[in-house]
Amino acid sequence: MLRDALGAVLLQADPVVEQFPPWLAAYFPDGVLSYAIGGLFIGLGVAAIYFGTGIIAGASTFLETTLSYGSRLSRFNQGKYLASRDWRVTFTVGIVIGAAVYALTLGPGGWTTAVQPWRLLAGGVLVGVGTRIGKGCTSGHGVCGVGSVSSTSITNVVTFMAVAIGTAQVALALGVSP
Amino acid sequence: MSDSDVEPDGRGGAFHAVILFGGILFGFGLGVSRMARPEVVLDFLQLQDLGLLFVMGGAAVVSALTFHIGTNVLDRRAPLTGRAYTRRVREMDRNVLVGGSIFGVGWGLSGICPGAAYASVGIGNWPILWAIGGMFLGAYAQGFARSKLAERDAGTEVTGAD
Repeated sequence: MLRDALGAVLLQADPVVEQFPPWLAAYFPDGVLSYAIGGLFIGLGVAAIYFGTGIIAGASTFLETTLSYGSRLSRFNQGKYLASRDWRVTFTVGIVIGAAVYALTLGPGGWTTAVQPWRLLAGGVLVGVGTRIGKGCTSGHGVCGVGSVSSTSITNVVTFMAVAIGTAQVALALGVSP
Repeated sequence: MSDSDVEPDGRGGAFHAVILFGGILFGFGLGVSRMARPEVVLDFLQLQDLGLLFVMGGAAVVSALTFHIGTNVLDRRAPLTGRAYTRRVREMDRNVLVGGSIFGVGWGLSGICPGAAYASVGIGNWPILWAIGGMFLGAYAQGFARSKLAERDAGTEVTGAD
């Protein structure tokens, strides 16, 4: 019942988009509510951790701090990484659980992507390099940094957004799909 | 292995419970907003569905309000760690642009970023392990290169490491 009620709100007629002029509504074929409500929950996750611990949690540092468990490289064994590696594992486990809760309640249950493995792998490598050189990712810069009105983060977001849109357009033009 | 002398940012059941709870909300939000599906992100980057703007915008508004309350309203330290409430500020340098550009190519190619990839595991999307494996490879490669560069620099000039 809860699932039906929320499903109706999230995925069917979106009262917000119905107010948009047609040319604008065309850019939101799945409405805006499910996106905005999802964003709200992401922000609430950041808020819960922040108010409880004073920590501003991003998702990508986990990649390096977790490598410190198995690598002696100095980059991964700097003090702030060793200090945060345990809670970053907890945070990531929480993200997996939270998404599973969604999938099993409101969502479609199990779901798999049709995007080809080589795109996932190659994209993943570049994301792994880029986020660590650029000091953050879509959550660290895009949510927390923008929320902090940090000019560094806003610069980073504008950069990766423009480059990503360009890349996706090139892939589309080359007929790479899915 | 690593020195275990470093004091962790926090410890204990309550600390990890709050982190876990925050992670669950965060992952639930990534699920509801369908950011855990690369196809939806690629639709945004191909300018066919701009909903992602509302995800990032909605989350940034909540975090902005959160950090405002933490830094300007609350006159205390965080209960579980004794940390001061601050904002997320990073120093601006060329790396922010270089890293952002490399990240952008990867994101544009795959439709996947770290948080969404972890959430994707939770919705049963096992092929996403290719992306997560790739992220660890990429993070390791840059860490390897930077560690070697730092060692080389430390060998030639006797200055404090960053």
